[in-house]
Amino acid sequence: MTAAEQAERAVAEIIGTFTSGAHRGVVVDSPPGAGKSTLVVRTSTELARQGEQICVVAQTNSQVDDLIIRMATAADDLRIGRLSAGDYRPSDEVSRFPFVRVASKIDDLASCKIIVGTAAKWVYVTDGQWPWAIIDEAYQMRSDMLLRIASRFERMLFVGDPGQLDPFSTVEESHRWAGLAWDPMQSAVAVLLRNNPDLPQLRLPLSWRLPPSAAPVVAKAFYPFTGFEAATAPQTRGMKATAAGLGVGPVDDVIDIAAETGWGFYEMPARNTIRTDAEAVQATVAIATRVLQRGTETYCEHAPGGRRIEPGRIAVGAAHRDQVTALRQALEASGGSGIRVDTANRLQGAEFDVTVMLHPLSGRIDATAFHLESGRLCVLTSRHRHACIVVGRAGIPDLLDTHPSVEPIYLDAMTKFPDGWEANQAMLAHLAGHRVAAF
Amino acid sequence: MSTLTALARVQAAHHGAAQQICTVRHLHVHDRPLVLVPLTLAGETNAPLAAMVGDRHGNPQVLVVPRPRLREQRFVFVERLANIVLSYVDGFTDDVETLPAKRKDDEPRQRFTDAPQVWVPNPGGVEYLRLMGRMTRFRQTTGDYAVAAGVPQLGKWATWLAEQAEYPDSSVLVAATQALTGFWATGQSSLEDGNLAALMGWIAPPAGMTAEQAAATAEDPILCPPAGPATDPQFDRLVLAPALRDLEEAPSDAVRVRVQERLTLALREQMQPTWDRVWQAIGLLGAQQPGGSVEQRWAADRDRFSDFVAYLRDTGHPQAKRDSAVLGARKLHDMERRLANFEAQRAFDDPLVMGEQRMTGEAFTGIVTWSDPLRTVTLSRRVLRPGIVVETEDPLRLVAGDADLRDPQRPNQKASILRLSESAGKISVSLELQGGTGSGLTAPPGSVPAVGERVTYSRLQVSYMSPGQFPARDQTPWTHGGPPQPYAPATSDAAEDWS
Repeated sequence: MTAAEQAERAVAEIIGTFTSGAHRGVVVDSPPGAGKSTLVVRTSTELARQGEQICVVAQTNSQVDDLIIRMATAADDLRIGRLSAGDYRPSDEVSRFPFVRVASKIDDLASCKIIVGTAAKWVYVTDGQWPWAIIDEAYQMRSDMLLRIASRFERMLFVGDPGQLDPFSTVEESHRWAGLAWDPMQSAVAVLLRNNPDLPQLRLPLSWRLPPSAAPVVAKAFYPFTGFEAATAPQTRGMKATAAGLGVGPVDDVIDIAAETGWGFYEMPARNTIRTDAEAVQATVAIATRVLQRGTETYCEHAPGGRRIEPGRIAVGAAHRDQVTALRQALEASGGSGIRVDTANRLQGAEFDVTVMLHPLSGRIDATAFHLESGRLCVLTSRHRHACIVVGRAGIPDLLDTHPSVEPIYLDAMTKFPDGWEANQAMLAHLAGHRVAAF
Repeated sequence: MSTLTALARVQAAHHGAAQQICTVRHLHVHDRPLVLVPLTLAGETNAPLAAMVGDRHGNPQVLVVPRPRLREQRFVFVERLANIVLSYVDGFTDDVETLPAKRKDDEPRQRFTDAPQVWVPNPGGVEYLRLMGRMTRFRQTTGDYAVAAGVPQLGKWATWLAEQAEYPDSSVLVAATQALTGFWATGQSSLEDGNLAALMGWIAPPAGMTAEQAAATAEDPILCPPAGPATDPQFDRLVLAPALRDLEEAPSDAVRVRVQERLTLALREQMQPTWDRVWQAIGLLGAQQPGGSVEQRWAADRDRFSDFVAYLRDTGHPQAKRDSAVLGARKLHDMERRLANFEAQRAFDDPLVMGEQRMTGEAFTGIVTWSDPLRTVTLSRRVLRPGIVVETEDPLRLVAGDADLRDPQRPNQKASILRLSESAGKISVSLELQGGTGSGLTAPPGSVPAVGERVTYSRLQVSYMSPGQFPARDQTPWTHGGPPQPYAPATSDAAEDWS
């Protein structure tokens, strides 16, 4: 069975389970780049073509726009409605499609077969019930949001990536609800499954994004119980720098190693630094711009003949916003504009050819729960189609050893696997084999 | 810890004196607070041992549980504590003010003109009240294990107070160490700041001592007994245990009375220094200038106090042991919104707090160098969108496209960043303004910042807090376990063990 057939079978099973109507909820776990959006678009267009009306709930406005563009491209025979705030102005891409209707009241979208909106907007729909709904990025949604919209829908398909960052609250220290089955700080899926353990839980088995060099590593570190595989064969993906390195620097060496193996770890001398470690920022930026300077080409199933990496296909990631600001300024100063620089939170869902990441624990004197969160590292190391280069100070394993997880554990609390500490160790153990020591 | 607080700590260590991290106090300080210094018995959860309580510094009531392992004696203690606390709380339910209705069709609202404020030495005291509430609010006044009427009533109030303390903008239950560290930074670690004696040593060292000496002295449990609720283990071993044993083994009532006097005196000595320090802290904080929004937040506290009194007079069921799904979601919603409002109010009241926002690049202050109050743009029709340029030296992290920024002087006007340009270390921010300019195509004078005016833009805003759309309790969806059982008092609650 080819990868495409295997994926098709999984999608058909998911759609079949959901549309059979036998379950009020179906959960689909999707590893990075496994075709989650494709599944959402297919399920909704297929149901709509059968004459059903289907609602889609996403978490952010850009996710909604993204879905609408994909749906409108896939099915120009269906009326699509966008439930929006009053002051929303459709982007140029969305307004290209005349059959997409934008309204702030649900009644104005009654004629639409597919209605897409953010969860925050669905909250204001206080009446009525719709037979079908898809909750996209359900692991990013907080359970209190699900509480507010769940009654609007008869059957729901929850789609999301369990390895990504947990939803966020500004009220951090409250343990008031720890252990409750409906803890509002937990993700929608965690609460749903805690209260309804018998719901079918399916998964997409193949990652179309991660290359064969990355899928087993990411699967072992962040998806230890379910796992997934790369959809592509090792010979399908490749990367090489057309201009040879000058053979003089570790920056070129780490790019060569990453081109060859898919991973690179640029290890700088151990030092405790402030968050915006100037040396690490310079090194990260130097690597990202050097990939461009050397005219690096990639070939893959979409471009078997190879193509040159454009700035927009490179991402630089970090844990904190001040680091992102420092990286962005340094990149602009060194001619790397066009390269996306962002925090792990904002890189969720995005895809690039090459990523250069500043390790969250680099140069730190302590390892807090924030820095240990497995989702953060998972996002940072699973955005690439070809290679991921990690920049960090030496001594992170020692830092981990001196900072075991000490968060209090509450009775009946929902524990999330894998533990961030362990995931970090697994990832570092793998990176150790791709290490280039900086001077 | 923010950069400014870190700097203040370094300065405190350097100068040997605590440094202010706020220009005004953001906490309401009552002119007649109730102070409670509780002590518990080691080895059992929240088993009361003694307490010093009262609303006047010179007149503390000392409550002691002579045989703290006996269940009946715990309830005697709670009953005595209840008499004091409930009569203090009831003292605020006499004077009522009438407020105009929020909406047209509503009745005018009433609320009490004042509310209680309870001070405990540290967060341990807050937890003490929370657990005390849990252990007493379900007790019953009739049947088996009947307790005095004040016991479950105190439990409801203790629970209410501890719950309010979870919200950062509430001032009805105050932990002294937190109130002090919210205003001063010391030259010691935040762990050491948890010791009230050490913290007060930095802020107001006794005459003839440096701050460091005072803080070092505070580490000696003989000179400075712990602020509780846990007692000093040496005290337990050398004083408490022998006294409790002597009480058990007392051959006659006369001996028992004398041992009891000895124990009371010893416990009083353990609590008195903390008692004095809490009052000293109240005095120090009370002497500071309050921030502009303190009054408004205290009014909200009075609103919630009035609501709770009304609730107790109505059904008055004890608060549930656990939040239901809907209640939990509502509370989290409230917490997040109140926290956001509190942070905004603090920053608007206090340039040092706003300074922290500016340090992180989330806010900027600058001078308006260009202003076009008549700028219009064409959306579906031509609308007024005044433009200004602000020149700032702040390390800005906002980028073009960031919207919904506000200047506290014009809270109804939103600004979005059109462009940023940098030259000679200064950043010029081009802003498009919307709102607060009336409905026409000309902005009324003063509604748009003029050239030369100093403005501060940030994402902070004090907004109306919508209660949010939540399902009713009996409409809890199946995803969250469905509707919960309604509360019914259970006789088993009265038989529940203390810990």
